[in-house]
Amino acid sequence: MNRLRSILGSGAVLPILLLSAWAGAVHAGLLDVRLWSSPELVLASAWAALRDGSLAAALAASLKRDLLGFAIGAGLGLPLGLLLARVRLADRLLSPTLNATRQIALFAWVPFLSLWLGNGEQGRIAFIALAAFFPVLLNSHVGAAQVEKRYLEVARVLCLKPHRVILKVILPSALPSILTGLRLGLIYAWLGTIGAEYMFATTQGIGSMMMDARELFRMDLVILGMIVIGGVGFLLNALLSRVGHLPLWRGVEESL
Amino acid sequence: MTDLSHWAHLHKPAGLRAGRPRWPKFPPLPLRKLPALIGLVVPSLLLASWYGVTAAHWVPAQILPAPVAVLEAFRTLLQDGELQRNLAISLSRVGYGFGAGTLAGLLLGAGMGFSDAFDRFVRPTFLIVSQIPILAWLPFLMLLLGIGEALKIVLVAKAVFTPVTLGTFAGVRGVPTRYLELARVLQFSRARTLYRVVLPAALPQLFSGFRYGLTHAWLSLVAVELLASYEGIGYLMVYSRQLFQLDVMVAVMLVIGFAGLVLDRLLALGENSLCRRFGGAA
Repeated sequence: MNRLRSILGSGAVLPILLLSAWAGAVHAGLLDVRLWSSPELVLASAWAALRDGSLAAALAASLKRDLLGFAIGAGLGLPLGLLLARVRLADRLLSPTLNATRQIALFAWVPFLSLWLGNGEQGRIAFIALAAFFPVLLNSHVGAAQVEKRYLEVARVLCLKPHRVILKVILPSALPSILTGLRLGLIYAWLGTIGAEYMFATTQGIGSMMMDARELFRMDLVILGMIVIGGVGFLLNALLSRVGHLPLWRGVEESL
Repeated sequence: MTDLSHWAHLHKPAGLRAGRPRWPKFPPLPLRKLPALIGLVVPSLLLASWYGVTAAHWVPAQILPAPVAVLEAFRTLLQDGELQRNLAISLSRVGYGFGAGTLAGLLLGAGMGFSDAFDRFVRPTFLIVSQIPILAWLPFLMLLLGIGEALKIVLVAKAVFTPVTLGTFAGVRGVPTRYLELARVLQFSRARTLYRVVLPAALPQLFSGFRYGLTHAWLSLVAVELLASYEGIGYLMVYSRQLFQLDVMVAVMLVIGFAGLVLDRLLALGENSLCRRFGGAA
């Protein structure tokens, strides 16, 4: 935290510079305010959207969708990852198929899902669940596969029942990796939420709000949407990091 | 430098077949010697039931086209050149975007890696901006750039830029100090140190960045082509969906998966040959 504060001292210079350059260029007429908006405009529409409750409503709709999809995706991915890591037959049977499926770029599923599950909420939730599924699956698989052999030997010596082995040995040692997977899953689910709101039928939500704003040429609302989406992603990530005492900033694979 | 710790798990055996200690109470031997062919059981079952369900007309072809129809659609796409044309467009977009994003990411990552002062001023901003997921940039860029080629290339470049920057930064910062000290003792020139010491030591991290960059590039390109494009492989998919040519849609979906896989393999090949050239510095 101390280091964070000392970084922020010099780190604040560039954002302030950029913001004032933006505001200055708009005021001097170098940038067209209709296209580039301006910091005050963004603030003003943020205030307006907060007061009439439209931002809160959009955010609540998106978050609900996000968390529901994440819960389904992670709820399937986590146990399946453990199963694949600990039961060789399941691994041999399913891993090649899952690996092949994973190759299909996430958004290529949208037309298919919209066809099968409809263009509405079901399709969106399924898409978000799919976005969260693979990171959770992969990381819980890696974690559970790396449980130290001697722990399992102790468990065998103690004649623990299988469910006790899972609860007392495998889950605790796989936990760091599982948490990484959950964090990644949450990030992908959030990305999937935005994508789902763009690509499925329009609905309430922060992504839909941005697309509507784009059609109305409301750059201020688009920028507000970007800030809110970034902020929510950061907070979700921070929340889960706090749970697992994991580093706050995203790593490379989370940089979507 | 908290973000460096994320790199630790990148080098664990990722993927679905890491070495595993054995399940304590699992029945012994017979199952452990299963041939790898068993991986084909599930796909064959899926294919068979796909075939069966469509052949028996349990599901209308507007919901699930028959495998034969997909194969036929694929052949038609190949014959009239639609597939090659659109794939070439998509790949060139990925190529330009990946090139631009990589170049920018290498520069910024190296700048932050080599200079502490630059790092202090720039990295917080970079990290804040990188909190915004790539798709949130889309409406913004659509307003600024319209929906032409520039949109696709800039979006792909942005998707590549973040992981490459992080990878380059981690790579440069991860060069062991004793290597650099040795280079100084041997009075290596700056260029020689960069080429002979820093580059080989940073290569694995660099390539992690490139690989994530490429994955993100392909993902973002498909997204932007689904939303705002009149050509390209993603557009081919939406177009066929709109015309309810589901056989075409499924064929294109498989091509997208396959192309992503090939891109990733190509980069892995490049990584291997480079690592070999630099004497297995990893």
